[in-house]
Amino acid sequence: MNTQIATESAPARSRRSVRARVVASLGPLTAAVGVAWGVLQPWRVTLLHPAGQGFWWLLAEPPLLVVAAGIAFALLVAPGLVADLEDTGR
Amino acid sequence: MKPHAEMVHWFFAAGFVAIGLCVLAEAVVGEEVWRRRAWRTYLWPGLAFAMGLLLWPVMVFFTNSAIHMVAHGTWAQTMTIAGGAELGLAAGKLRSRLWRLAAPVALAVSGVAFLVHEQNPWFFARASFLHHLLGWTLVAGACFPLARAWRPRSAVAIGGFGLLLLVVAAFLFADRDVAPIFGHLSSLAGTPHR
Repeated sequence: MNTQIATESAPARSRRSVRARVVASLGPLTAAVGVAWGVLQPWRVTLLHPAGQGFWWLLAEPPLLVVAAGIAFALLVAPGLVADLEDTGR
Repeated sequence: MKPHAEMVHWFFAAGFVAIGLCVLAEAVVGEEVWRRRAWRTYLWPGLAFAMGLLLWPVMVFFTNSAIHMVAHGTWAQTMTIAGGAELGLAAGKLRSRLWRLAAPVALAVSGVAFLVHEQNPWFFARASFLHHLLGWTLVAGACFPLARAWRPRSAVAIGGFGLLLLVVAAFLFADRDVAPIFGHLSSLAGTPHR
């Protein structure tokens, strides 16, 4: 018979491993590089001065492409990868 | 209607960033964890294969010289084969690890194609400089996927491969149709736009 009226809480999940943190930071870091690039070279972002620009100039925005790649990785790949990494206890 | 050549380079650069991030992540977590979800196994080989396919219209529409067409055709062939080989390996349809040589061969051939089809010296214009730089980077960088072919679980080989793709992406993003490089721009290169 269990006489304990309060069970011990499970030990808090150990802090994220270095690997998990590296994987989780890849996307935000990439996006940050894109933002920094856009700030340093605003003329590479045509959307900041769109008047008179054609379709391709409005579509091809190198700093924003970097940001998009970083966000896509952060939202689509990294969460599942970190979860799998933590499941395996690495 | 056609985009400028530099824009095509930027779009492919974005693709290389995506593939590079995936390969780098695989190097960090290891092959076992990376392959825990089936879709992830096919992710970067699928992207590489798609980029190989997209290089075919580049070959068709950007025919400013015969040697450009040959170079673009070579990239299209080698990248499609490399992407397809990696897809086949991921699916288990291809079993020989010699198929892993498709990636280093693709990089080495692409590098040689860059070097051969660039007719101008390094400091002619930024595009010339980047063609030479990309060529030598790809030829030298092919050692990473080559090492991965023999040691598929080597974090250094896979990580180096991922970093190489990110460096290639940075060079492609730096490309402009006509722009100076370190203050040098040949008068024969044309007038810079934008």
